Amino acid sequence: MAILEIRNVTRRFGNLKAVDDVSLSIEAGEFFTLLGPSGCGKTTLLRMIAGFDEPDQGALFLEGRPLAGIPPEKRPVHTVFQSYALFPHMSVAQNIAFPLRMAGKDEDEIRRRLKETLELVHLSDKAQHFPHELSGGQKQRVALARGLINKPRLLLLDEPLGALDAKLREQMEGELIALQREVGITFVFVTHSQQEALALSHRIAVMNEGRIEQVDRPEQIYGYPKNRFVADFIGTINLLPVEVCEATHGHLRLAVAGLGEIIAPALAGVKAGERGMFALRPEQVRVSARHEAQELHNHYHGKVRDYLYLGDVTVYKVELDNGVLLEALLANSAPGRAKFFEIGDTLGVGWRHDSGVYLRD
Amino acid sequence: MTDFSTDSATRPHESGRDSRVTQWLVSLPPTLFLLVFFLAPALIMLVASFQYPGEFGGLAPLFIDGQANLSLETYRFFFSDLIYAEIFLRSFLVAAATTLICLILAYPLALTIAHSPKRHRDLLVLLVILPFASNFLIRIYAWIILLGPANLLYTPFAVIAGMVYVHLPFMILPLYTNLEKHDPALLEAAQDLGAGAWTRFWRVTFPLSLPGIWSGTALVFIPVLGMFAIPELLGGTGDILIGNLIKEQFLDNRDWPLGSTLSLLLTLAVLLLAGFSAWAGRTRRRLA
Repeated sequence: MAILEIRNVTRRFGNLKAVDDVSLSIEAGEFFTLLGPSGCGKTTLLRMIAGFDEPDQGALFLEGRPLAGIPPEKRPVHTVFQSYALFPHMSVAQNIAFPLRMAGKDEDEIRRRLKETLELVHLSDKAQHFPHELSGGQKQRVALARGLINKPRLLLLDEPLGALDAKLREQMEGELIALQREVGITFVFVTHSQQEALALSHRIAVMNEGRIEQVDRPEQIYGYPKNRFVADFIGTINLLPVEVCEATHGHLRLAVAGLGEIIAPALAGVKAGERGMFALRPEQVRVSARHEAQELHNHYHGKVRDYLYLGDVTVYKVELDNGVLLEALLANSAPGRAKFFEIGDTLGVGWRHDSGVYLRD
Repeated sequence: MTDFSTDSATRPHESGRDSRVTQWLVSLPPTLFLLVFFLAPALIMLVASFQYPGEFGGLAPLFIDGQANLSLETYRFFFSDLIYAEIFLRSFLVAAATTLICLILAYPLALTIAHSPKRHRDLLVLLVILPFASNFLIRIYAWIILLGPANLLYTPFAVIAGMVYVHLPFMILPLYTNLEKHDPALLEAAQDLGAGAWTRFWRVTFPLSLPGIWSGTALVFIPVLGMFAIPELLGGTGDILIGNLIKEQFLDNRDWPLGSTLSLLLTLAVLLLAGFSAWAGRTRRRLA
């Protein structure tokens, strides 16, 4: 059974529908992510789960019981805030023990659980420190420990990694995954970073303008985006306007303006004659020197217009002979070679017939 | 002061010397001002407290025929009569009561202003300080008109009411300045983690507002101790405070040395109290 059931929830602010008829069901033990650009309604949804806001329509159910009218302090749901919101006048130990004190636990239990939790987040030696004496990563761990110590049914995390620098964020991502696995509490994570969402989640709900665009596992969201918004928001992608020439069970034949026909994977319900987009990830595009043999079905020639050297990979912007621009990603795995092609080089460009995805408009 | 020093600590190393010189130059005029107009009179008072009064007021000469003309007379006088200790004690009690009432009245108001929409806050603060626009004595006379018909004039109640009325803004303003800076996320976090409204106040808002409470307390307590106009206009004969006593020595009795002694002892008592509360605050924080 779903631990949290969100049923047709709408929340309006004036004329704006911040959350628009959202239905979701989150499973127990899941690491679930609400992903979307700022203003997409993900934080409003989180605040309704925490109890700081109530839906105008629809309802939320925690373990089958309706949450309506229950104030935040009475919900077995804790939040890790974006700014951490650690109490500056309390030590690390007092901060972390706060939820236990609020719950009226006895001193013995508080001492025992505090010790366990401090060990869990590797802060045993910082128990007597105050928040202003901690680094960003340590504050983050105190906020996590404080949210987890009283074993809430749900832990809500509101962009908790936003304030950390890139290196630390990567390390905290690892710790978050390990922590969630260890405690087994259901995490609902809010972020605008597709990279965090892909790295951390069991499932992702992509939100836009108050609505849910797609809910699925990270690899499905990345590999098989349902629409143009999801395709565009998650990672980079080449989008080519196409018309469907033929749709069979095995494949689609698509006409690309100025490029001719290409073969793409089949998609249920697509009919010949409709128009849409063909979406292709840069890493699915293969580039090779002009005269190397191309046994791929979809292959063309083009010129390097620009490139972006990123260390592990180089991104080439290739202009095909007919003016279509494609991005291609090449791993720099050959030792000692920083890049393979120069601006102006002519090369072969192609992709497998089962690469890419057709998106209906 | 503390802001200034932390600021310079984060500045690049090379400019450290220059900025220290600049700091000195900038703080020199106010330092000189305080030296001349605070420390010097205090020293004059200290000496005056050991002098004899002049025949027609003022002070007797410091030296007569090359001999120092000093005595401990005023101090003996002060400690020989319990009436002075009683007036001191009463003054401290009035000051403490005024401060406490101000705190109780000011806190909800400061909290309300701090929680009101940003565009209303400046207006509300302006309303708090608006009474300062009319003369202090005129406002006290207004209280005479108010309290007279109610048969409350010339009572301790009238004194405390007047004191509270005059000093309330000095409690509201530092409290508001403190409360306004609180991060609302802290209250949300407390609520999220299971704290009800009452607990949120006592566990989060109140402890974080202690610096504001201390500033407000100092700004109310100390002026009330020295206040003489309010007890004189609103109080009865039994309501005189140290302020009145000191004023009397200078203006009515023309006993400058005794007036100086009383002023000095008052200053000393206040400093002792401030030192003690600072020490107590530090110890408490260390124990916490």
